[in-house]
Amino acid sequence: MIPASFDYSSPKTLSEAISLLQQHGADAKILSGGQSLIPLMKLRMAAPKHVVDINGIDGLAYIKESGGFLTIGALTREADVDASQLVHDRYPLLADTAGVIGDPLVRNLATVAGNLAHADPANDHPATMLALGASVVATGPKGARTIAISDFFTGIFTTTLAPDEILTEIRVPMPQAGSGGAYLKVERKVGDFAAAAVAVQITLDGGSFTSAGIGLTNVGPMPIKATRAEKALVGKPAVESTIVEAARIAAEEADPAEDLRGSVDYKRSLVRVLTARALRLAITRAKGEH
Amino acid sequence: MTTRKITVNVNGTPREGEVEPRLLLVHFLREDLSMTGTHIGCDTTSCGACTVLLDGKAIKSCTAFAVQADGREVMTVEGLEKDGKLDRIQEGFHQEHGLQCGFCTPGMMMTTYALLKNNPSPSEHDIRWGISGNLCRCTGYVNIVKAIQYAAQKPAE
Repeated sequence: MIPASFDYSSPKTLSEAISLLQQHGADAKILSGGQSLIPLMKLRMAAPKHVVDINGIDGLAYIKESGGFLTIGALTREADVDASQLVHDRYPLLADTAGVIGDPLVRNLATVAGNLAHADPANDHPATMLALGASVVATGPKGARTIAISDFFTGIFTTTLAPDEILTEIRVPMPQAGSGGAYLKVERKVGDFAAAAVAVQITLDGGSFTSAGIGLTNVGPMPIKATRAEKALVGKPAVESTIVEAARIAAEEADPAEDLRGSVDYKRSLVRVLTARALRLAITRAKGEH
Repeated sequence: MTTRKITVNVNGTPREGEVEPRLLLVHFLREDLSMTGTHIGCDTTSCGACTVLLDGKAIKSCTAFAVQADGREVMTVEGLEKDGKLDRIQEGFHQEHGLQCGFCTPGMMMTTYALLKNNPSPSEHDIRWGISGNLCRCTGYVNIVKAIQYAAQKPAE
């Protein structure tokens, strides 16, 4: 399969990339990892007239803690997240997620920022970032602005990014003591999108939940933040009855469509089971038992 | 559409091309450079038959543009053998019967090359995880795992 023709630029600086986006507007697409964009272009579901390849811009690939956040640069690959000891030690939800995206070869190119900016509800990082309460930095002609991830997605493949903005950084709040997370995904085979997946991030104090974030993957037209299920956890003891009730509510908040990956009932059932399992795993991690 | 001049270091040799930006890396290798060792399987980023190393990292060359390889290093299956002597990975696939039809083999071997570089003594789990982006429809993977274990036990050249 051959993509439609396009013009190609490989800017060396962010400002050069932004001016190209200003010049070409909605005709331009940003190429980072390309593991979603190129398949769509080959299928001619996307046919941008201009591709702006940002891979040549220095300084956009990093994972580090600073200013109270874990910051991830625009060109940080999934494989680098998966290989990061810092992420495995302190952000297990993120490590889980990066480890189940695509396959090992795809992860060598695919970026976390691209996974978010592409805004496919089947992508894995949106739910994870919703659970983590992350924010993203959008850089455009007027400078940088920060967008809460809960305000970022507006529909299938659409976000609040302007056509001349680049998602340059992801900011995940540093976890408080007693925090843990997990991402559990059911996929038919390696490399497939989730039939359903659940991201959970919780904080425990004295045996009770003091905070909870739950994100749901590919069970609605947009990534879902299961806010009612989160509320059912906060202030309650971290015991089985609390977990089961929150999982039941999360399944209600899912809005899946029947497709080749399963029926509506099956996907809701997956959300219920995966939410409970992810909560149990997150609790053991929060207690330092895993 | 305008073409671009690119220079890609392929298996240690600078190779020049004048390509449309939409040309996929796998097509550049197979058609422009006549290096047909790299296969096209699914053409949908699933099967890994087109796996090559780009600056040392295993990628699917059906899901990268040739222009992205400009000024960079690509290693293909043709780069494994040296002076008529098989690489330890090729030897492993030969000795352990790690193939039947052979279509997935170039990609399997390139993924193995990157895997063993990063993890010289992989467990069976590490191997199965490492090749999870490469599909084989013949072997059931048992002999592929054995082939990789064989290669891992031999010192790298």
